[in-house]
Parts: sequence; C-alpha cells; structure tokens
Amino acid sequence: MSDSLNPRYKFETYVVGAANRLAVTAARAVAESPGSVYNPLFIYASSGLGKTHLLMAIGHAAEVINPRAAVEYLTLDDFVEAFHAAIAAGQGEAYRKRYTEVDLLLVDDIQFLTHRREMQAELLRLTNTMLTSGRQIVLSSDRPPNEIESLDERLIQRFAGGLVIDISAPDYETRVAILRRQAEERGARFEPGVLDAVAALNLASIRELIGALNRLIAFQAVSDVPLDVARAESLLGPARKPATAGASPAAAVDEFGSFLAEVSLSVAQQVEAWRTRVAEAIMLWEGEGYRTRRLQQLLDEEAPVDPDHVLREYVNDVEQLRILEAEAAELDPALAGNSIFRDPDSLESARGQVDRARQGMHPPPGPSPLWLLEEFLEGEGNRVALQAVREIIAQPGTHYNPLVISGASGLGKTHLLHALGNALAARPGAIVACLSAQDFVDDIIKAIDKDRVNWWRARFRRVTALLLDDVHLIAGKDRTQEELFWLFNLLQEAGRQMAFTTSVPLRELKGVETRLLTRLEGGLVVELGPPDKEIRLTLVQRLLGGRTEEIDPELAEYLASRSVDSVRGLHGILQRVLNAAESQEVRPSAALARSILEGTPAGPVRRTTGGRTSGVMSPLAGMRSREKVVWDWPDASDRLIEELR
Amino acid sequence: MSLVNFTTREITCKIVYYGPGRSGKTSNLHYIYGRVPESRRGRMVSLATQTDRTLFFDFLPLDLGVISGFTTRFQLYTVPGQAYYNSTRKLVLQGTDGVVFVADSQARRQDDNIESLQNLQHNLLQQGVDIRQFPVVMQYNKQDLPQDLILTTDEMDDMLNFRGFRSFGADALRGIGVFESLKAASEQVLKRLAAGSSVA
Repeated sequence: MSDSLNPRYKFETYVVGAANRLAVTAARAVAESPGSVYNPLFIYASSGLGKTHLLMAIGHAAEVINPRAAVEYLTLDDFVEAFHAAIAAGQGEAYRKRYTEVDLLLVDDIQFLTHRREMQAELLRLTNTMLTSGRQIVLSSDRPPNEIESLDERLIQRFAGGLVIDISAPDYETRVAILRRQAEERGARFEPGVLDAVAALNLASIRELIGALNRLIAFQAVSDVPLDVARAESLLGPARKPATAGASPAAAVDEFGSFLAEVSLSVAQQVEAWRTRVAEAIMLWEGEGYRTRRLQQLLDEEAPVDPDHVLREYVNDVEQLRILEAEAAELDPALAGNSIFRDPDSLESARGQVDRARQGMHPPPGPSPLWLLEEFLEGEGNRVALQAVREIIAQPGTHYNPLVISGASGLGKTHLLHALGNALAARPGAIVACLSAQDFVDDIIKAIDKDRVNWWRARFRRVTALLLDDVHLIAGKDRTQEELFWLFNLLQEAGRQMAFTTSVPLRELKGVETRLLTRLEGGLVVELGPPDKEIRLTLVQRLLGGRTEEIDPELAEYLASRSVDSVRGLHGILQRVLNAAESQEVRPSAALARSILEGTPAGPVRRTTGGRTSGVMSPLAGMRSREKVVWDWPDASDRLIEELR
Repeated sequence: MSLVNFTTREITCKIVYYGPGRSGKTSNLHYIYGRVPESRRGRMVSLATQTDRTLFFDFLPLDLGVISGFTTRFQLYTVPGQAYYNSTRKLVLQGTDGVVFVADSQARRQDDNIESLQNLQHNLLQQGVDIRQFPVVMQYNKQDLPQDLILTTDEMDDMLNFRGFRSFGADALRGIGVFESLKAASEQVLKRLAAGSSVA
C-alpha cells in the first residue's frame, strides 16, 4: 500500500453533493478500473474543495480493489524535487523507470507547472508512457488545464483526451453534511442550529469551513455552557455574514430552481449512464483486439432506443466469434488470430471462413478400394500376417499396435495393408490414413513449404488409423522421422491402430532413429514369405480368367510351376506370355509360354497400346500404371516458342 | 407506467403523497405549486370538501422541460387520508414511482400515522410492490407546533421509520422540508430510472 496516502481521505469520508457528484462518480469509475475509463482524469477546483481528498480516495479504493496495484501519490513539488535529486545523482533513467512501473499515478497541484518547461516535458513523456501502456494517471489543479499559464499545448491536449472535471463550491446542504461529519469525527456535539449557522456563513472553501468548526470546537471545550447560534456567529466574526440574509432559508432561495437542478443532474447521470457503459465496453473490447465500430456509432447517437440491447448483441457476437475462432484454430492452426475473428460486424464472413476450414480439413489419403482382404490369397507364407490383420480388424488398437509387415518386394504387403485399411475404414466414424511413406514425406515437405505444419499435424492427429506403406523410405529423412515419432506417440496413447510395411527388415534398416525403430518393433513384426505353388496356381487361374474365355489347365500348371519369388514376378511372366499371344494372334498356351520364357522366341512381340513397359502389374491385370503415364499434357499453344533465325 | 420511454424520449415520474388525514399532504402540494413558475406547472386539480378535506385527490403536473434529450414530467398526487377512502387511495397509488409519506408529528396522531403506513404497505403489496424495495421518503410535518404537543424527528423515526427510509422534519405551511422531501423522493425514483420500475 502506498504510504503517502492519508488514511482519512477515502470515499467513505467524502461528502457528496451536487457540486462534486460528477467528479466523485468519475473518480470511483477510475478507481474501479484504472486505465480503462477517463485516462487521464483531470480534476480541478478552487483551493480547499476536496481535490486532494478525492485523489487519495481514488488511491485507497484502487488498492482495496486490487491490493497488488502499484499506487503512487505525489504533489508536483515532490515530483520536481525527486527529479532534480535524481538528475544530480546521475539517476535520471532510474527515476523515469520508477514511475513507469506505477499502475495508478496521482499527481496533485499541477498548476505549479507554470513556466517549468523542463518538468512539463517530463510530465508529457510520463503521461504518454502511462497512456500507451494502459495505466492510469490522475491529476489535480486549482484551474483547468488551458488556464495554467504557459502550459505546453501537447499537455493540454493529452488532458483533454481523458476527462477534465471540476468541483464547485458545496451547496448549503453539503456544507451542513460536511460539518456534521467533521463534528462527529471529532466527537463534538453542538446545540441544534449551530452547525447550520456555520454552513450558512459566506466561506469560500471546505477548508475554511472546517477551520471555523475547529474554532467552535476549541471554544466549546473551554466553555462551561454549550455554544448557541448567536455566540457561534459572534465567535466567527462580524465579517462573516451568512450567505443568505432572509428570515427563512426556504424563502430566500429558488427552491424550484434548486430542485430542477438536482433532478437534471440525476436524470443526466441515469440517462447518460448508457454512454458510460458503452464507452467502457469499447475500451474493454478494443483492449481485447475486437473492432468496436458498431458501439462507436451508437455513441454518436443522441438518444438511441435501446443501447443496452445493442451492447448485449455486440457481446453475443463477440462470443460467437470466440467460438468460431476456437474451432477454426483446431481445424487449421494458421487461422488462429485471423483478423476476421475480431470484427463482430463480419460475423457471417467468419462463419464462412470456418465452413471453408471445415471443408478444407479433408482427411489424409485413405486406402485404395481396389485392394480387398477377400482377394488376398492365403498361403503358408502369409498366414501369420493375415491372422494378425484379422485380429486387428476385429479389435483395432488393442492387439498388435503397431503391426509391421516385412517382406521382399512384390509379396502383397501393400495389398494387405490397404485391405486392412479398407476394413478399418468401414467402421463408423473411422478416418484411416493409408499412404506410402514417400507420399507422407512429400506431404510434410509441402506443409513446411506452405507454412502449414500445424495444420498438417492437426490433419493427421485426427485419424483413427495410420497405415504407412514402405516405411523404410523415411530413412535419412530426419524431419519426417521426428513428425512420425510424435504422431506415433500420440496415436498409440489414444489407442489408435498403426500398421507399417517395409521391404527392409527393421534390424537392417539404416538411417532411422532408434527411438522410432524400437517403437516399430514394440508391436508385432510379421514377415511375408514367397508364394507357394498353391497360391501361384490360384493366382494364375484368377489372372487368366480375366483375360481368356477358358483357362488352359496346362498353361496354368506350367506358369504356377515356374520359380518366382514374388506375386509381382508371377504377374510379369504371365503378362509376357499374354502379350506374345496377342501379338501373334494365337491363344495363349503352355507351348507358347515355354518358348517365351525358356528362350525360344515364338515370333516378334508386338507391344499393344496401353501395355505395360515393365513387368510390374497392379492386381487388375492390364490396368495402366498412373505413375508411368502422362495424363496431363501441357497445352502447346500456351508455350512460347522461340524461333531461331 | 413506464418511467422512462426511450422511443418517445419521455420521462414521467409519478410521486404520491401518502399519510393520515390532515397530516398536510395537500399543504405540500400547495407550497410546491406556489414556488413553481407558471410556465412549468399545469392546473392543480384539487377536489376538496367544504371543510377543506381532500375528497378525491389532488393532482399537480410539473413540466421540467427537456433534460438530457428527454421531456421530463413530474406528476404529484395526494390521496385522501381518511380510512374510508381506501379504494381511491388504491387507484391513485397505481403506477406510482415513489411515495412521500407525510406523517403528523403530533403525539396524539401516532396511531393514525401507523395505521396509514400499514395501509400504504398493504396497498402496495396488493399491487405486487414490496415497500422495502420501493422509493419512500418520510416527512414529519407540523414540527413548528409547540414542543410539548409533538414528537421530535428522532422520536418520529423511532416510532415510524424502522425501515430506515430517508426522513425530514417539515413545516409544510411555511415550506420547510417540502422541497427537501420532494428532492429526496425524486432522487430515489430517478436512480431506478434505467430499471423502469414502478407500480404496475
């Protein structure tokens, strides 16, 4: 608590009357929320009308409301003296810093700034600092700013930017109330009418009034009989004639005028209270970064129909914006703090933005619908893996998490992974990410490039299952490994299924962080073996079935008996035989196959349009490989062709 | 009655002078009437018997002009004090925004004061108004009478003002305490301006 505040000078001890009501209302508002209303507050009044009391009352009240607030009261003389001492000690900066740490600065008697250019500059600098940092400054003077001789115009403008308010001389009733309170505080009791007589004296200030009271108290203390009105008047001197000379005080003053003045003040305070509320709301919401155009327009109106309704609607809109912003930030972290969520007048645009974000948050790539579990041929080499996949489908995230399917190229890892993905995606509410590790890496690079890493993370963190094909491809890609590490932890903690395939056994995998490898090994690692003859025969029959009217059993038997180490290899040799048969316009047969595969050419092989150039085939034989076909040819007309001369 | 009408930008404030018969309610209005410039006051309607007792009610409209953009009017009413005019009192009390309770300071009238105060509370309650939440000012009239006939304002407070309303000693015929009471009542009523509370 500031020890420079007189403990007696509080709002509770301040007698409020018509002359000071507005000033007290403003002072209370400032004490309740320093820095947000009327900043700076400039109170002026003739000497002895309660400026210092009011200033200190603000300080006390602010300290009660917020005990941690730093409150500093000082007179201009203190201010000047401290400044000179600091400059003499070479501590000018420390002096300045001291006041800039104050939350509520109360400066009394600033009329003494007259002709002190140096101190005016200092006060201007201090005022600017306080205003820009939202801290409160309250000043008092015995005259309005523009009447302080040779006061810097900039200071006058700063003061005018807040609230400049005066306290006039108290009316008769207030004077009586002040005297009664003072007498009570001092434990003095007077005959009826004595205090009223003092109040009726023509005294310019409260200080003089209290001086007169003190005189009476002193005389009464040494007198045997209580003072009466006549004695009191004679004690206070013949020069002090009562302000009103009429026989009846009621008849002497314009009672209706006084009544009208009080009613006007009450009405103004009540009716204009909405302005204060709107102004406070503007300060509050601007402080939070919201646009307040609507409220400012309201302030410009003379007497709006229902200002509180407008205020309520504004607050509702701000609340809506907050909800929208929170959702937007979750959908796309890049949207957090977007200015569109700061303008309640463009609520619709904000809604549109969130809608777009909702649509833009498309799930990561899912499994290919072409690879189904029913079409995966079960054999000795893949039985364990298939069984694990079935168990995972029954209860994802609980049994084997993660599942790592290892095996040489062309054994059906990708098929099995996508089949698992399709089965998991069929569950209600499922978001299954199923993509090759290369695509995963490319996605991260794209996100980094567009500065949307948070958005990328949010997108993947939503998935209920993450299936990465060819995870060995992340070797040497540090950033991808880091992202995958965090994603892995998050998904595993949330009990979401993960599955990976790798052509390189995990133990032999180089360039992958140990923390990631141990996590991959922590689930179930299964290996796919080469297809046995039974699988090969079934596969050949299935593939031939899609290409020829009737299957030649001898051809099927021959092809199945060929030694291949993968399903993909089997696809390759079958394709070669079919191509040859097509180019020679003969039916594919065992003899043709032998001649093709064992080195005896059966004739020139003509490539068919759309035929594959490699031996790699997708499960649907003959389907074009997207990777190897240029689908979008650039429009030649768009290109600039330079003609060489 | 709506105290403040933002659409038509009008403030209408109805204050009723309540109290036992012959306590000086009409005197209050007469004094006010005499102090208000002609341009500001309407015709005072007073329905009195031949013996100067209020038979129906007194009505004094005051036009305070435009205050803060609002055309402000005060309507001052008195009720007949006699016990048997309760239906009139109820009627006058409808839509009131505040009450000045004019009590007779004479010691022998204290039972009438208490009865009238109870009647006020009862009638307000019938209109759904809790007197504890309502602007009421106590005026102890006839303080000019010889001290041995009357109770002091403190004694009157002890006798009647257990709810702690603001109170004033008065000599309504000479105007002492009249405007003070009206000001106090108006201030309390206007404090409730934004809430728009009045007797339905």
